[in-house]
Amino acid sequence: MEVAGEVLASESQLHVLAVDDSHVDRKVIEKLLKISSCKVTTVESGARALQFLGLDEEKGSLGFNGLKVNLIMTDYSMPGMTGYELLKKIKRSSAFREIPVVIMSSENILTRIDSCLEEGAEEFLVKPVKLSDVKRVMNDCIMRGETGGNKRRRVDKRKFEDDNHASSSSSSSSIPSSPSSPLPSSPSTAATSSPLHSLKRAKLRDHN
Amino acid sequence: MDRNRLRNQVASMRRSLFDQGYLDDQFIQLEELQDDTNPNFVEEIVTLFYNDSARLIQNIEQALNSSPIDFCKLDDYMHQFKGSSSSIGAKKVTNECTAFREYCNAENAEGSFQQVKQEYAILKRKLEVYLQTVRQASQTA
Repeated sequence: MEVAGEVLASESQLHVLAVDDSHVDRKVIEKLLKISSCKVTTVESGARALQFLGLDEEKGSLGFNGLKVNLIMTDYSMPGMTGYELLKKIKRSSAFREIPVVIMSSENILTRIDSCLEEGAEEFLVKPVKLSDVKRVMNDCIMRGETGGNKRRRVDKRKFEDDNHASSSSSSSSIPSSPSSPLPSSPSTAATSSPLHSLKRAKLRDHN
Repeated sequence: MDRNRLRNQVASMRRSLFDQGYLDDQFIQLEELQDDTNPNFVEEIVTLFYNDSARLIQNIEQALNSSPIDFCKLDDYMHQFKGSSSSIGAKKVTNECTAFREYCNAENAEGSFQQVKQEYAILKRKLEVYLQTVRQASQTA
């Protein structure tokens, strides 16, 4: 039988998919995320990112490795598919629209920032990305998970907000203060696997 | 005795790299990411930067040598070069890249790029010496 702790450990780490065509930037963002206790997968293009998620129409779900992605951080300027185009594809897919997407760009252009936010990006980070930027993004993800996605910007997402409220309303009050919770301030994914849900599932397993 | 001397050398080289504007805060970010699990992180990133830069410089020179010059492609390469310079905190190189992109036109493209190349070469030399000294200092018992 699986020990509750083991089940929780694998579900409590945020898995981040980082997309950037620059080797240097991929290595830096990978390190920034690992230091922030995240699992990281880096890919060099939007096309590869879609393949990894299993959204590539041509290859079906061959690229999908089974690990749920909790956050996508993508560079804006990439050859082929830009980060903006990737963002749109993700937000327009029913399977992956819930995944928060953060855009990174070396250019601080207001119209660019606006269009990304309009399209549903959580945040727009100006490069070079620092540890404090990554930590802030992580905190926003945690808050988002615990409050069931209250921080949504767009009106048409209200439907999903209602769904989230229903499934994670029990998690919004007790996690930080519960003395018996084995999880420190662990991040949770937006919809179904909040720490409280994981705890419940683990307990059920133990009873078998 | 030897170790102290090396450590002092490292400290003063590092200080001067920052004082003279070759490196900026982003380099410190990289240093702070280095730890026991990844003790050569800075050197690894810098090496990646050298590799990327060598490739980009070659591409840029090729673009400059073609006629007519494809300014779109050129700008693309310069954007990448500027991006990675900025990511490792190479302040002067980043600034030269910015200047090149702003003032680059058919007449002065080649000349301006020589300045970028020069600045890059200076930084590479200084960083190589610095990181070698860092390595020596950490290896000395």
